[in-house]
Parts: sequence; C-alpha cells; structure tokens
Amino acid sequence: MGFPDRIERIVEIAHPPATVWAAITTAEGLSSWFGNEATIDLRPGGSAGMTWTDGQTADMRIERVEEPAVFGFTWHIYGLPDDDLRRTYVEFTLEPVGAGTRLTVVETGFAQLPQDAHQKAFGGNTEGWASELGELVDHLDAA
Amino acid sequence: MPPDIEAIAAQVFVALADPSRRSVLAALASGGPATATDLADRLPITRQAIAKHLTRLAEAGLVTAEPGERRRVRYRLRSAPMQVAQQFLAALARDWDGPLEALQAHLDKGGHDE
Repeated sequence: MGFPDRIERIVEIAHPPATVWAAITTAEGLSSWFGNEATIDLRPGGSAGMTWTDGQTADMRIERVEEPAVFGFTWHIYGLPDDDLRRTYVEFTLEPVGAGTRLTVVETGFAQLPQDAHQKAFGGNTEGWASELGELVDHLDAA
Repeated sequence: MPPDIEAIAAQVFVALADPSRRSVLAALASGGPATATDLADRLPITRQAIAKHLTRLAEAGLVTAEPGERRRVRYRLRSAPMQVAQQFLAALARDWDGPLEALQAHLDKGGHDE
C-alpha cells in the first residue's frame, strides 16, 4: 500500500474530441455536468471557478490549454486549510478513437509535502499557535 | 532525509481507531491544550488511562507535552500530522467517477455534436 498520490480514470465517450473539449473547457459545458455554475478564462495562467448549490466552491488555475487534446489545471486539496498552498494537478487528455474520444483524467499531488510542511509535520515546530497567541498577548499587554 | 508521510498518516489513523484516544484528541481539538487531569474531568475515562493515551500520542508525535501550571504537563494537539492524514483522505474522497458519468450523460443527451 502506498500513500495515494495519483488518481487516474479513462472513459470512452461516443462523441468527437471537439465536443468533449467544449464540455470541459467552457463555462456552459462545465456548468452542465461538473459544477452548478462555472466561469473560465481559458488560457495558461487563467482562472476558472465552479460553485455548487450546496455552497462548495472550486477555484482552478489553468496550466495547459492544447485544444482539443490537453487541458490541465491545479486546484486546492479538499480538506486542507484555505491558506495551505498545496494544490493537486488535474489533466484531461483527449484522444480520438474512431468517431469518439478516449478521455483520460489524471489528478496528482495528494502525497506532496513541500519544504515548509516538512518542518511543520516533522520538525520541532511545537510553537505554532502557542507563539502566535503569545505574541498577541504581548501585543495587547503592551497597549 | 525524506520523511515517510505514509507512516505519519498511519500514526494518525491508528490513534483515531481507538474511541478513547479519539475522544482525547477531540477534546484537545475543541478545548485547546489540557493536562491529563483537565481531560479526566471532561471525559468518562480515568485519569490513568488518559495519561497512558497521552504518552502514546506524544510518542507518535500527535500531541506535544509542554510545561503547564503548577508543574503539571500540559498536552497540545499537533495539527501537522492531521493535515498529512487529511491529504490521504482527500485522495479517497475525490470523486471522479460521478462527474465523469455526468459528463457522459450530458453529452449523450445529444445536440452537442458539431
């Protein structure tokens, strides 16, 4: 067993890549199967966002746009604090197969642990909130 | 030396598998740092059992011991290992099957082919 870093799914879709491309890279497409509402600025470095009726939101940063074959973006790791900088990378790959499309989605990065998190998770950083709260108290006491 | 994040996650899951340790961790999460005596007042667990759990949790790096008032040891939850476990859960909680089925259903509704 390993720490699950990578998720991969392959689906065969009975529609050509151009149709699938529109469904995964336009606001109209994304909002009809993924989010309830979607916005997208389709270019590397552009932003995209989805919202759901239950209040969930997803903010994506677009990384790869190679119409109609590769669409990649990063988004926040669900469940981690909002200020955590770690993001997973999602890449859709579209290959024509006959009249249809083989769509592969790969999401990677669940097991990443950047340098500062090493420190937090494994180093002797037992200060954390203690020192921050201590600083707040000092600050208030000085006032 | 690269840390073994799976070992960290495993420590968290082992700790959470036990109802008493779970309630000790939950009490530290909701109420902040506490001594074994504080926790014994709040939980239906003996002070001796709480002290034993806290020692094991400290060995696993899930709580840290620090000097408290009147020379009592106070324990504080460490959030970092919990976040590592949360990454593990995030991978399990990520649902791609549902959205991909929805994508296929959306396209099969027709009218989208060019």
